Amino acid sequence: MIKKLFDKFRQTQIGKSIFRRNYTDTTKEKMLAIHGNIFLHLHPVNIRRGALKLGFTWAMGGITFLLFLILTISGVLLMFYYHPNTRDAYLDIKDLEFTVPFGMFLRNIHRWSAHLMVITVMLHMFRVFMTGSYKYPRQFNWVIGVVLLLLTLLLSFTGYLLPWDQLGFWAITVGTNMARATPLMGHEGPFGPELGMTAYNDIRFALLGGSEVGSNALLRAYIWHCIALPLIASLLMIVHFWRIRKDGGISGPR
Amino acid sequence: MKNFIEIISKPDNVAIVIMMIMVLFFTILAFYYAISGDRRRSREVDHGMFPEHKADGNDEISPWDYAPSWPYLVRKEFLVAIIVVVFLIIWSIVLDAPLEEYPNPTRTPNPAKAPWYFLGLQEMLVYFDPWIAGVVIPTLIIIGLCLIPYIDVNPKGSGYYTWRERKFAISTYCFGFLLLWITLIVNGVFMRGPGWVWFWPWQEWDPHIVTAEINVDLPQIFGIDSRSLVGSVIGGMITLGYFVVGIILPYKYLKKRGSKILVELGILRYLIVVVLFLMMIGLPIKMFLRLVFHIKYIWVTPWFNI
Repeated sequence: MIKKLFDKFRQTQIGKSIFRRNYTDTTKEKMLAIHGNIFLHLHPVNIRRGALKLGFTWAMGGITFLLFLILTISGVLLMFYYHPNTRDAYLDIKDLEFTVPFGMFLRNIHRWSAHLMVITVMLHMFRVFMTGSYKYPRQFNWVIGVVLLLLTLLLSFTGYLLPWDQLGFWAITVGTNMARATPLMGHEGPFGPELGMTAYNDIRFALLGGSEVGSNALLRAYIWHCIALPLIASLLMIVHFWRIRKDGGISGPR
Repeated sequence: MKNFIEIISKPDNVAIVIMMIMVLFFTILAFYYAISGDRRRSREVDHGMFPEHKADGNDEISPWDYAPSWPYLVRKEFLVAIIVVVFLIIWSIVLDAPLEEYPNPTRTPNPAKAPWYFLGLQEMLVYFDPWIAGVVIPTLIIIGLCLIPYIDVNPKGSGYYTWRERKFAISTYCFGFLLLWITLIVNGVFMRGPGWVWFWPWQEWDPHIVTAEINVDLPQIFGIDSRSLVGSVIGGMITLGYFVVGIILPYKYLKKRGSKILVELGILRYLIVVVLFLMMIGLPIKMFLRLVFHIKYIWVTPWFNI
């Protein structure tokens, strides 16, 4: 019934303008279904059968990308309710919990997807290592993957501070205190003081925008988390996916 | 035990439990595929079904090895996406994200923990100064991971699970990933209580617990002041000696055995592999020295201590 209506709609003037082709079950149409679709054309038209096995890939890379999309969508929705300053941030989260419709659900799905993404990135890397898929000609794609792992951790780390509660505040305090001890560039690190580093000009100061976790740190975390890091990660993901295709598709025994 | 159940069921820690289950499952899966694949390949070689030259990638691939992505790939992606989204929706309905009170810079929680994926590094703070644990080790992890494809010269095992053809690479990676990264995260989350003191699951987290630990520097064991020039030189010699011996001994051994690997690696790659490996092994060595012999530093200088 629905299929019949849909087929009718496809034949109308509007339907014809939206869908570029009619789908018939032929080899040519199968190819065009991938090739002629903007969202699917990232895939190869034909794929090695071994690469289709879930046991081989565990679908971990795909799940990671899916989680990135879920995080982007839920993150944008959360941005509507959030002010990145120390006065409002905590209360905005409380508002999400108690007054915004589905606000708690939104926050939950963002946080759990983020945790899960860190896990799936690590497992994706584990799988790629175990199948030796970083070997020729895919060496450089592995390097991009390592940078994407780092970006995932940084995305999660910057997001930790945004609720502006004890948990995030102290996790970021503990984390960024490490930067004090950076050799040469931290005021408590080896050769740091000798190079004129103080708490007010070292690398930790640059990260936090101050000498302690305060409103500047919150704003910096927010901008890195919502704009800079997702843009860099997206850019590298484009290269990562493109290189899979250009390096001969997903790896497999030959 | 009540205490442990409370920790394990903290909302954020549910993710750690999920991670433990997933890592365990996929480790077993990977090794199962690797070992059963090795067996199958050796059977096929015995029966002449899987000629060895097929493994080095010169063979033509027949078109029958391929399937159209539509629908075979796309439908799997779609199904996986649905399962993951349903799983996340249920998780988000059942469990609420934590929100503690408004931050108070004067009230440090005890224990104060970094986000969970950095707890392996926080654990390293017990054994190393912050500049090593917090800066040098993570930098080396990233650099080391990036270098893997360039220092692994073994052409075998590309694109399939195997253990027999890549024993060293796989055991090194699994040692770093499973033991140094995952295990230390799990310990950091569940075992480290107030004051970063080790608590077993059946122990209550007691913030007033007193642990008497008298740590000494390595030269002090021989009765030499580690802060004196002599102590500093001895510590430096031990640290550098570890690397020098660690570089030379495997080299001599491989040379004596006439191993092809030295020629394939070349001297630069060999040095990178060995130095990275020694630094990685250095972590459990220092942990062992601290936990068993209560050694604080090996090398003390006016500028840095190792």
